[in-house]
Amino acid sequence: MPHSGAPGRSAVSSGASLQGLMASREIVVACGPGGVGKTTTAAAAAAMAAVRIGGKVLVVTVDPARRLADALGLEGIGNIERQVPPEAFAAAGVKPAGELWAAMLDTKESWDALIATHAPDARTRDEILANPLYRNISGRFVQSHDYIAMERLFEIHATGNYDLIVVDTPPTRNALDFLDAPERMADFFSSRLLRWLIVPYRSKLVNFASKPFYQVADRILGTQFLEDIAQFFILFQTMYDGFVERARSVQRLLAERCTSFIVVSTLEAVPLREAEFFAEALTDRKLHLGAIVLNKVLPAYLRDPGGAAVAERLRDHSGEVAGLLSGAMEGDEQQLQRVLAEIGQSYVDYRVVAEREAEQQAELGTVPEALVSVPFFDTDIYDLTGLLLLGSRLWGD
Amino acid sequence: MTGLLDRRLVFVTGKGGVGKTTVATALALFASERGRRTLLCEVDAKGDVASYLETGPTAFAERQVLPDLFAMSMDTEASLREYLKLNLRIPVVGRIGPLARAFDFVATAAPGVREILTVGKLCYEVRERHYDLVVVDAPATGHIVGQLAAPQAINELVKVGLIRSQTDWMVEILADPARTGLVIVTTPEEMPVNETMELAGRVERETNVELASVVVNRVLPELFGRSEEEVFDALCRPEPARALDTAVEGDAGPVLAAARLAVTLRRTRAGHLERLRAGLDRSVPMLYLPYLFTRFHGLRTIRQVARSLGEELGF
Repeated sequence: MPHSGAPGRSAVSSGASLQGLMASREIVVACGPGGVGKTTTAAAAAAMAAVRIGGKVLVVTVDPARRLADALGLEGIGNIERQVPPEAFAAAGVKPAGELWAAMLDTKESWDALIATHAPDARTRDEILANPLYRNISGRFVQSHDYIAMERLFEIHATGNYDLIVVDTPPTRNALDFLDAPERMADFFSSRLLRWLIVPYRSKLVNFASKPFYQVADRILGTQFLEDIAQFFILFQTMYDGFVERARSVQRLLAERCTSFIVVSTLEAVPLREAEFFAEALTDRKLHLGAIVLNKVLPAYLRDPGGAAVAERLRDHSGEVAGLLSGAMEGDEQQLQRVLAEIGQSYVDYRVVAEREAEQQAELGTVPEALVSVPFFDTDIYDLTGLLLLGSRLWGD
Repeated sequence: MTGLLDRRLVFVTGKGGVGKTTVATALALFASERGRRTLLCEVDAKGDVASYLETGPTAFAERQVLPDLFAMSMDTEASLREYLKLNLRIPVVGRIGPLARAFDFVATAAPGVREILTVGKLCYEVRERHYDLVVVDAPATGHIVGQLAAPQAINELVKVGLIRSQTDWMVEILADPARTGLVIVTTPEEMPVNETMELAGRVERETNVELASVVVNRVLPELFGRSEEEVFDALCRPEPARALDTAVEGDAGPVLAAARLAVTLRRTRAGHLERLRAGLDRSVPMLYLPYLFTRFHGLRTIRQVARSLGEELGF
C-alpha cells in the first residue's frame, strides 16, 4: 500500500463531510496556493464521487503531472473531455457507481473557441486570431488563464452533460485573480479609456499628433504597436456585448448555490497563510466555502508524548539501551547503538515539525463547513488506485 | 561557468511553496556578508522578504536593512514614473494621474509592459552599477519566462519608439552570462522536479538568460547506510521490538514508525533527485540545502540557509 502512517489516526473531519458537499453541488472549484497537491486533490475527489455517488463526473485540470495525466488518459488530448476507461477502475479493483470524465484546459484553444463563438463573421474572427496582440494575450497573458478556466467551466456546465464538475484552478500570481477575472474582463472591454485610446484610429478627422497623451504614447510605444492595440480593440468591440454578457454570467454561476469552493493547502506557514487569505476572500464575496483540505499532514504518532520520552532516551542513552538489547539482537552492538541514537534524533526532529503543524491547524482563522486532513503519502500518486486511496482519506473513511 | 556571486543580476524562481523567497533572501544575505553591496528585490510584493529579515515593510525605494544589504519591492507604476523622469524629461511627469491610468490600461492590454518595467528597473540598477549584486525574488515558474523574455518580445512587437531602443541594452545585460543568471529552486518531489526540468528547457529555448544553478531545497537527512538499515529492519521484528519496549520502559512503536517514515521519504526523494540530475545539462551546478526542522521561519532560519548555501558554493 503506497501510504504511510497510522491510517485513520491522523484523518480528522469536522461536521459536514466532503462527500455531502460533492453530492449536493454541481460545481466544485478547488483553489489555493501552488504546490500543495491541488490538482491531485481535485482528481481524487472527482474519482471518489464517480465511485461512491455516481452519475457523470467531470474533472477539469490545468496542469497535471504527466503520470497523473496518463492515469486519467489525458495525454495530448487538449480541451476534449474523455471518459476514464472503466477498465482503469477494474484494474484498481473498484466498480464505480457512475462515470469519471476528464479534460485538460488548453488556454489558447479555449480562447480561439471563444472568439469563434462571439465573432460576428468569419472575417472578423480571422482578423482577431491573426492580431499579434491577441496572440500574445491568449498565449502568454497570465490573467487570461484565470478567465478562460472559469469561462470553460461555464460552457461545460451549460451543456448539462455532467452531474458534477470538479475544476482545478490555475496557479495564480494572486489567489484572487481568477475570481475577479470575469469582472475585470468585462471592465476592461467597457472602459472609457479603451475608447479614448482607439479614437484616433477610428476617425481620421482627429489629429491625434496634437494631443499630448498620444504624443507620449507614441514616443513610448511606437506607432505600429498602438495600431495593433487599436485594431485589436476595434475588432473586439464587435463582440463586446456578447463578451461582457458572458463574463457576467460566469461571475453569477460562481456565486450560485450549485457552486462550492474547496480551499486546498498544506500546514506549511506560507501556503497556509495564502489559503487563509483565500478562504476569507471567498467568504467576503459571499461565495460558498465548502471545505478546507489540508494535505500532507504528518502522522499523529509524531506528537505522542510517550514517543517523545522514548526518543530522547534512545538519543541520549543509546549505549545503555543497546546493551539491554544484546539478548534479543545479534551483531555489532556499536552499530545498533548508532541506529538507536539516529532513530531517536529523527523522531525528535520530525516531532518539531508535527507540533508546528498542529499549532498552525489549531490557529486556522476561517472555519469552513468541512475541515479535512489528509495524511502524508510517502510515495507519489500516479494512478487511479492512488487517487482512490487519497480519495478515501478525503472522504474520511 | 561564472560563479553565482560573481554575477551582477541573479533571478531566483521556483514552483510555489518550494522556498523560492527563502533561498533568494539567504543568497542576498550571504553575498552581503561576503562584502558584496547587494540589492534584494521582491517582485511579487507579498512582504515575505521583510518578514524573513525581520524588518519593516519594503517599498519601491530601496532601504538598507543590514550592512551591505538593501531591500526593495517592485511596483511597476513607480517604475514607470522613475523611467519617465529619467528618460523623457517631460512635464507630464508632474501630472501622472491620467498617464498612470492609461498605463494601467495599456499594461493590461499589452502583455510584457509590466514585465519590461520590472526587468527594466533591475537592469537599470545593474547598468548604473549601484550594487555589486542584484538578487531578484522573481515570479514563480509559470511566469518567469514571460518576464525574462519580455525585452525580446517587446523588441519583436514594437518596431520603433523609445521602448524599442531601451530594450536593446536590457537584452544585452540579460544575455550576458558573466552578468546575469537564473537560479531555479526546487524540492526533491515529483511536481517541483518536473517543473524544474520543463522550465530549464523553456529558459534555454525561449530566453537569452543562462541557467546558473538549480538549488534543491529541503533535502532530508539520510538516516543510515545500508548495513545500518539491516539492523533497523531486524529491530522492527516482533521480538526485538518487544525487547526494545522493555529496555526503554515504554512504547517504542511511534519512534520505529517515524524512522520508517523518514527512511521511505528520503528514498522517494532520492529517486526524484536522480531524475532531476539526469534531466539537467551536466554543466548546470546543483546546490543542496538540508530540510530544516525548525519552529519558526525568520532571520535565524535565513542565516542557517545562507550558511548552507555558502558551503555549497564552496566558501
